[in-house]
Amino acid sequence: MNNVQNKKRANKSLPFFFKDEFKVFFVIIFFSTILLISTFTFDKVPPILNRGIQPATFPKGLLVLIMFLTTIIYYLSFKNPWKKEKKLPKPFFLTIISFILFVVISKTLDFFLAISVLSIFVSYNWGEKRVFYLLLVGIIFPLVVFIFFEMILGLRFPPGIITNLYYY
Amino acid sequence: MMAPLFSSKLLIVLLFGTLFGLILGVLPGLGPTTGGALILPFTMTLDPLSAIVLLTSIYCAGTYGGAITAVLINTPGTPAAAATCLDGYPLAQKGEAGRALGMATVSSTAGGIFSVIVLVFFAPVLAKLAYEFGQPEYFALAIFGLTMLASIGEGSPIKNLIAGAFGILISTIGKDFMTSIDRFTYGINELSVGIGFIPVVVGLFAISEMLTQSTLLNQVFKRVALKAVKLPSLDDYKKTWKTILRSSGIGSFIGVLPAEGGTVASLIGYSEAKRFSKEPEEFGKGSIEGIAGAEAANNAATGGAMVPTLALGIPGSATTAVILTGLIIHGVRPGPDLFREQPDFLYGIFGAMLIANVLFFIFGFFGAKLFARITLVPNKILWPMIFAVSVCGTYSLSQSIIDVWIMLFFGVLGFFMRRFGFSVVPVIIGLILGELVEGTLRQSLVIFDGNWLMFLTRPIALTFFILSFIALAFPLLRSKKQKK
Repeated sequence: MNNVQNKKRANKSLPFFFKDEFKVFFVIIFFSTILLISTFTFDKVPPILNRGIQPATFPKGLLVLIMFLTTIIYYLSFKNPWKKEKKLPKPFFLTIISFILFVVISKTLDFFLAISVLSIFVSYNWGEKRVFYLLLVGIIFPLVVFIFFEMILGLRFPPGIITNLYYY
Repeated sequence: MMAPLFSSKLLIVLLFGTLFGLILGVLPGLGPTTGGALILPFTMTLDPLSAIVLLTSIYCAGTYGGAITAVLINTPGTPAAAATCLDGYPLAQKGEAGRALGMATVSSTAGGIFSVIVLVFFAPVLAKLAYEFGQPEYFALAIFGLTMLASIGEGSPIKNLIAGAFGILISTIGKDFMTSIDRFTYGINELSVGIGFIPVVVGLFAISEMLTQSTLLNQVFKRVALKAVKLPSLDDYKKTWKTILRSSGIGSFIGVLPAEGGTVASLIGYSEAKRFSKEPEEFGKGSIEGIAGAEAANNAATGGAMVPTLALGIPGSATTAVILTGLIIHGVRPGPDLFREQPDFLYGIFGAMLIANVLFFIFGFFGAKLFARITLVPNKILWPMIFAVSVCGTYSLSQSIIDVWIMLFFGVLGFFMRRFGFSVVPVIIGLILGELVEGTLRQSLVIFDGNWLMFLTRPIALTFFILSFIALAFPLLRSKKQKK
């Protein structure tokens, strides 16, 4: 009985604002509008120094073009609806969370630590439970990459609680 | 032509580049574009010729490497090898994996060498022609490039145009190069210098692919057993030589046009091979002509795509956009003057591409079995490692943590773009052409005293505009014809 009800529910067409076509249209138009508004805040060049067009004109034209083309694809999607994408699985969201963790750790604690945490976090959530392999991707490999970049390119990584141990 | 390459250092670079390119090509999701972008920081330790030799050898070998996984696990290592799966895998399933890979190797090498010959003869001619180009002509040419990309690239032309315009928009971030006025910087100092090419490429290709892989963790690959790669028989050669020649021509031509190079070339090469075949019913069931058609075309696109890159400074594909960045980083300015002032440098590149084609033939022939084993490295180990290299590689160019965050942002954006049918390649091409498009437009308007109609008084520019119009109208006419 439940299955039949679920199927019926699934067959009902979604309201337009839940459809991918509208979501994509809305996101592009929303951000383009914000960017377009911000172009009006750009400084203007006095006519004597101006070469051809004002610095804001070109980006304005591009944004209007993007909005126009986006409206066309949304209009065309009424005739040819996009194929429905599968729901995103849990590992995808965990990977996104790991990116956020990376940004937070690299900003507040340490760049190298951020790479290690992300590598272990992603590897574990993608199904790797063996400690040796977690250490390999989380510590041994980043360390090799770190030293390689440091020695070959003479790169200086940003200071942090672990990186400082290496430099000082 | 080969003289500049007779140094042990360059030969080692070439050898390493070919091997690295093969590994990148074999691994699904990676490829010469991502690999080239990741290795770009390391090229800073090399002289300009070695750096570009490294990048071009990765390009040639990476394009071929995709065929190995296409034949053995039915998953193209690179998008350019997608058409190879159609017949490569069915033939491998019949127990003829060695024959399929042998044909892929021979036709890739033939296509690659053919395209180098095209490059050697055609690039200098185009460079000479480019002396006739002024600012309006370059503007029209860049617009033509972008419309071609939208028209014959993968997916919806309108979505490709949006992606291309978005790429150009990214190039406007930072100080306006003509007036030094800040645009889209929002008070963030790091954005004043603009958005770097590498964080965007690595984000759109490597990081977005990492996110894609996170949605495919349950996917199981069935690998076909391979004993050894076999050279095609005399019968196979008789059957396919015309196909190889035709596809090499198609690939070289498509490569010259700014589009997704090998991907489009291989699809056209494959469909033309089917159209001319005496046994079209065999296509999709393991046709040796199908493999030859697709593989000759995608490798022929490599030399073709280098033609506008070197002669005009306009990339013919995403990977050549990386090579172009490499050239600029090393202080080499592509364009007609390069042919007059540094012929040795160019001969070095031509020779390197020729040798890279021979090298991947040898490596592919004797080492395909070994390279195929690389696909056994599980994603849960491989991708965190790629992430570490991506982060360090992106950071290393400007030593800026902001670049790493930009890379992550474009990774997430690239994932959603691909999910909703927007190709990421036009973004890359748009980004690299952005400054040229805006600069030439503004300078043209200075020349024309602000009169836009003056563009129509320049014959070359007008021709490019007409071609752009045709390129935009072509998909519309094609879809109408298909409906009929």
